[in-house]
Amino acid sequence: MRTPVFDPRSKVAVQGTRIAVLASALFLWWLLTSRKWISPFFFGDPAGVFQRIVNWFVSGSVFVHLYTTLVETLLAFVIGTALGLACGLWLALNPFLAIVADPFIKALNSMPRLIFAPIFALWFGLGIWSKVALGVTLVFFVVFFNVFQGVREVSPAVLSNTRMLGANPRQLMWHVYLPSAMSWVFSSLHNAIGIAFVGSVVGEYLGSEKGIGYLILLAEGNFDIDSVIAGILLLTLFALVLDISVSLLEERVLRWQPGGGQTVDASA
Amino acid sequence: MHAIANAAAGYPRGIEALEPPLGPDKPREPVEDAQALRFDSVTCTFPGRTARAETYTAVRDVSLAVRDGEFLSIVGPTGCGKSTLLNVAAGLIRPSKGTLSVFGTPLKDGLNREASYLFQVDALMPWKTTEDNIAAGLLFHGMRKDAARAQAREWLVRVGLDGHGRKYPHQLSGGMRKRAGLAQALALNPRILLMDEPFSALDIQTRHLMEGELLRLWSLDRKSIVFVTHDLEEAISLSDRVVVMSAGPATHPVAEFEIDLQRPRDVAEIRMTQRFLQLHAQIWDVLKTEVLKSYAHTRV
Repeated sequence: MRTPVFDPRSKVAVQGTRIAVLASALFLWWLLTSRKWISPFFFGDPAGVFQRIVNWFVSGSVFVHLYTTLVETLLAFVIGTALGLACGLWLALNPFLAIVADPFIKALNSMPRLIFAPIFALWFGLGIWSKVALGVTLVFFVVFFNVFQGVREVSPAVLSNTRMLGANPRQLMWHVYLPSAMSWVFSSLHNAIGIAFVGSVVGEYLGSEKGIGYLILLAEGNFDIDSVIAGILLLTLFALVLDISVSLLEERVLRWQPGGGQTVDASA
Repeated sequence: MHAIANAAAGYPRGIEALEPPLGPDKPREPVEDAQALRFDSVTCTFPGRTARAETYTAVRDVSLAVRDGEFLSIVGPTGCGKSTLLNVAAGLIRPSKGTLSVFGTPLKDGLNREASYLFQVDALMPWKTTEDNIAAGLLFHGMRKDAARAQAREWLVRVGLDGHGRKYPHQLSGGMRKRAGLAQALALNPRILLMDEPFSALDIQTRHLMEGELLRLWSLDRKSIVFVTHDLEEAISLSDRVVVMSAGPATHPVAEFEIDLQRPRDVAEIRMTQRFLQLHAQIWDVLKTEVLKSYAHTRV
């Protein structure tokens, strides 16, 4: 039996426990590194990391990097989602094309697409567009597969009924296929946001002059582990913020849904 | 009573084999254009599920006419291809052989624009509110948005869903969703209404309520209704005529019965009357044979 203190419905208990878990992890990290049980050279230390983040923001040196990474991520996210949505709808509504394209799509999806980063750097240069391109290839497939599935999952009864009500193909698209695919799209957007970050940071890491990935690369070159960890924490924070914005949007758009949607995974 | 046994031998007495089978060469109806729907030796064959599997004939050689303003029920064992017939009537399936005529005009391609279809499962768009669901059909037919909304609200009142217009389908009960579906279908003011076991998922009380509601709405303008069900009591209490289908595969009508019960009817009370029980016994006699065949077939 659960004691009332650990009731999963109690917000105070849940939040309190979460904070306690986070605090103990940080404390453990601090304890281990300050006692030199593990080397702070390799593992950093919490105070140093915190100091680094504060310094970045006080001096304002981090903003150009943050801005670059965010712009890359958002562009990759928006372009990849739009392309995935368009191609997903197109293929799902065109069975012949879907069958023809099937092996190619499978091959492209199972290909480790991060390996494209050097090629994109050659094609698009070291500016933001090579990172955007990398992010797009990652985001595209996540959204694409979900839209494709979403259109396939449209209830045949709803489809027949809407046709019987007199909907033409364009109206079917707007009133049935798109709304049905949207629940799948939204659950995939949570994956897509994370993956868009992967695209931009890895791209920056492999060759750039600005961005959080670049910052991390520089710090690593100087064996400045505190800065590396600070960069990772910043990225996590921003990914969380974007994820929450997607959730808020989702709540507004998918008001009609009784429960949450499902998702199919695509590999990064 | 007026009853026809179509497949001659082996059918029980009480069904006087008065007339030859329905067919294109001997139309039952004296006036051609009084037929809302007319199947002329319709056969539907589907390809097998796998490449090597044999084809499956769901319905074979069905000739059947639905009079204008008639409430016709089709009963038969489960899985006998009743829904296939309705889909043919709706234009969702093209028959492999034979033709379907709608008010005298053969349906060549496309959907049957004179008909609305009420499906067995919930077919409301889950992402639209009840009101928007009802208004959708009107919008598709080119009505302006505010006019469609206004008409949808009228229909909400008519089917007893006043005040539920802003709810989404998942927030409604099963009976309420059926009412909404009925409003959605009737709002287009079709001349033919096709219903595929529409109330089979409802509990018995709600079911009687909905049947009563359907009769009330139907009596206002007497659309032609084709009502598919496996529930004989439901079929008798609602219809003007009941057609019994044979066990599948290759389903065809085996007998039909005029239901001469008085209207207006109370669907719950009419089941207690002598005449109802008589009709029920007669039709069940025929239906039972088919049900047993179907049962034997699936058990093997």
